[in-house]
Amino acid sequence: MAGIVSYGAYIPYHRLSRRTIAEAFGEGGGTGEKAVANYDEDSVSMAVHAGLDALTGLTTAQLAAVYLATTTAPYAEKLAATTVAAALDCPAALRTADFTDTLRAGTTALLAGLETAAQRGPVLVCAADCRIGGAQGSFEKELGDAAAAFVLGEEDVIARLVDVHSVSADFIDQWRTFGERTVRAWEERFILAEGYFPQVKAAVEGVLTKDSLTPDRLAKVVLYAPNARAHAAAVKMLGFKPEQVQDPLLEQVGNAGVASVPLMLAAALEEAKPGDLILVVGQGQGSDALLLEVTEAIVKLPIRRGVKGHLDSKKTISNYTTYLKWKNMLAVEAGRRPQRKRPSVPAMWRNQRQNLALVGSRCTVCGTPQYPRQRVCVHCKTKDAMEPYAFADKPARIATYTVDYLTVSPDPPTVFAVVDFSGGGRVICEMTDVEPERLDIGMEVEMTFRRLYEAEGLHNYAWKARMKR
Amino acid sequence: MAKGLADRVSIVGMGCTKFGEHWDKSAEDLLLEATYEALHDAGIAPDDVDAYWLGTLSSGKSGLTFSVPMKSDYKPVTRVENYCATGSEAFRNACYAVASGAYDVVVAVGVEKLKDSGYSGLVVSGGDTDGTEPNMTAPAAFSFLAPAYFKKYGLDAKTGKEVLARIAWKNHRNGALNPKAQFQAEVPMEKIIRSPLVAAPLSVFDCSGVADGAAAAVIVRTEDAQKFRPDPVYVKALSVVAGYGHGRLHQDYDFTTIRENVAAAQDAYRQAGITNPRREIDLAEVHDCFTPTELVIYEDLGFSERGEGWKDVMNGVFDIGGPLPVNPDGGLKSFGHPVGASGLRMLYELWLQFHGKAGKRQLDNPKLGLTHNLGGFPWQAVCAVTIVGKELG
Repeated sequence: MAGIVSYGAYIPYHRLSRRTIAEAFGEGGGTGEKAVANYDEDSVSMAVHAGLDALTGLTTAQLAAVYLATTTAPYAEKLAATTVAAALDCPAALRTADFTDTLRAGTTALLAGLETAAQRGPVLVCAADCRIGGAQGSFEKELGDAAAAFVLGEEDVIARLVDVHSVSADFIDQWRTFGERTVRAWEERFILAEGYFPQVKAAVEGVLTKDSLTPDRLAKVVLYAPNARAHAAAVKMLGFKPEQVQDPLLEQVGNAGVASVPLMLAAALEEAKPGDLILVVGQGQGSDALLLEVTEAIVKLPIRRGVKGHLDSKKTISNYTTYLKWKNMLAVEAGRRPQRKRPSVPAMWRNQRQNLALVGSRCTVCGTPQYPRQRVCVHCKTKDAMEPYAFADKPARIATYTVDYLTVSPDPPTVFAVVDFSGGGRVICEMTDVEPERLDIGMEVEMTFRRLYEAEGLHNYAWKARMKR
Repeated sequence: MAKGLADRVSIVGMGCTKFGEHWDKSAEDLLLEATYEALHDAGIAPDDVDAYWLGTLSSGKSGLTFSVPMKSDYKPVTRVENYCATGSEAFRNACYAVASGAYDVVVAVGVEKLKDSGYSGLVVSGGDTDGTEPNMTAPAAFSFLAPAYFKKYGLDAKTGKEVLARIAWKNHRNGALNPKAQFQAEVPMEKIIRSPLVAAPLSVFDCSGVADGAAAAVIVRTEDAQKFRPDPVYVKALSVVAGYGHGRLHQDYDFTTIRENVAAAQDAYRQAGITNPRREIDLAEVHDCFTPTELVIYEDLGFSERGEGWKDVMNGVFDIGGPLPVNPDGGLKSFGHPVGASGLRMLYELWLQFHGKAGKRQLDNPKLGLTHNLGGFPWQAVCAVTIVGKELG
């Protein structure tokens, strides 16, 4: 039977303290912080990095499908999972799908992925969200940005699916209609009493009854909740002890929407021991409850950055206005430079593997790696003797850099660097999530997949460099 | 490999507008002003000209940009463009045309009208691309040179900043003596160092200005030159090289040099028979788009040994009165950089210096001069080096 083979996570580098939000409005209070995607990050870029984390020690060559769960895809019409697959340099013979429109999409995608894995082969499921709440509202403080990913398959399974129970309900708790960027909700007491509590109860009891399990048999419970109060109340209602409950990360990350449960599950697997039973409960217009059993294979799983690694690597945003700029919620003065024109789609298509997967070329005669890809070798001048060469995973260092105060950016100043890869080859690219005062020639950097810009409704993705996390 | 023209071509007249913010003048106005000044200088009328070469990056396309305002009577006008080396490129092609014998009298004219764009820096609009090229400004691209140079030669940040400021200081001091410069004021070192950052470590005063302007030259074969004037300026070397992106692709480029500078200079020195440029060349007008560019140019052109350029700067080697004055007219720093015009504006300074007409910045009887024009980025550039002199041989 199919199960989880590997897990990965991505939490953006930046955090915003809830106290900072409150202070911006002259209010008091606010505890904890939320993870904030930089202006050049979105659900696609975060999903790519969670996917890379999950693929630690694995290749994409054997994947049969890539699924993306998110309610914040860049396009209403145009698949996002294909961008994730292209960035991960997946083969073309691949099933791709977006799971969307509900916060339960994370567990739905996992279930679909497990079925696909049983029928067709290994599947990568990524879940990511970067929802925004209107300024000064409760959602603004609660919602955070993050992603998680799982490789599913039938071999080397670290957690097998024991059973599942799903319930469905056409229940309106919160919503965004077409064109709306911020979340709206009905009164919370109604949402919880008539929606959240009964839905998770039905799903959990359904799966426990099927397997004749009592709550105390579970090593960990991964339970979605809209906020900390609802989470605590649901735990109590379901009869779980505090030590059984996986931290929902609301104080460190915030409610990551579709990615919440997958992120919690990745965190649970980081601590899990063979034989552990983990209950995973997603919710949104119904509920999915998955019962997983951890296997011996988990002890052999290679080290990855995971949830812990990303939580430990962070920088706090000092100004609320920076957050507003990144979320495109502030009407800033247009830069006195020309507007970006839209990219050429045929050119994007021709150069897709190069731009999205950071694949350049290497001369088969002299061995020199080159980016962007060339037909005539820069070193030995041989024509058309190139092979594809991937740069994204190569160790890299800064050869030189500049801090540009003139280029218009929501996160000024813009740093550009010449990045030299171990094994040869270099790229000249932008840096992101960067602290300019720490830069130096020779500093180690890593490549990161980002959304460069949007113009006329077209989103253009490529790789930047960042200081090693 | 270019054969070199070995004095077979001469300049017999030049013109240059004042450079600056010409809110009241169009590119056409500037073209006419520079062209007619050059024709008067050569003592000829438009009817005497056989063909024109127009250099402009973005102030118009095709020869019509010039022929319509000039009413040049169905004569050939060729528009050339080679990034920031456009002015030198127009001059080079015009020289080859008379050298070939196809024409007897030609004019090379360059113009750029930058101040109509509404943007403070140079903005070049590209074609339809995938949009993934780094969205860098020109100062950012050239500021890559500074930390790399400082690190390689052990300059701390403060010393490095002083060296760059000293270059800007020198060029502004020279420009203060030039009535055609955009900026005609000396700027104290302290003010240069403390000016706001543009592309760290470069500050506002490390960057050339943005100006409108035009410049022109009348070119004939040397055998005909005496018909126009007794004191023509002889063309010794014309080199243009286009880089192949080596520095972008290959790690052995370390951003302390611009390889195209070296290639163009070596080509030009070979054509002109120069073996010791520091000693043989009397003055140079080089492409100081940004101060670190001028710093590496000293070493790339063989004016300084590798790693010694910064010391020569601090010792005043390139000042007016020093062993090898560089940018005595004030350079791009004082003139701004109306792209198509700059290469010809550089030649115009040599023209004045050879004729003893450089006013307060006049050097002591210079005989051999060099212009250097650079376009693109440190990692892939076009570079033009032109050598002219007041004596044959």
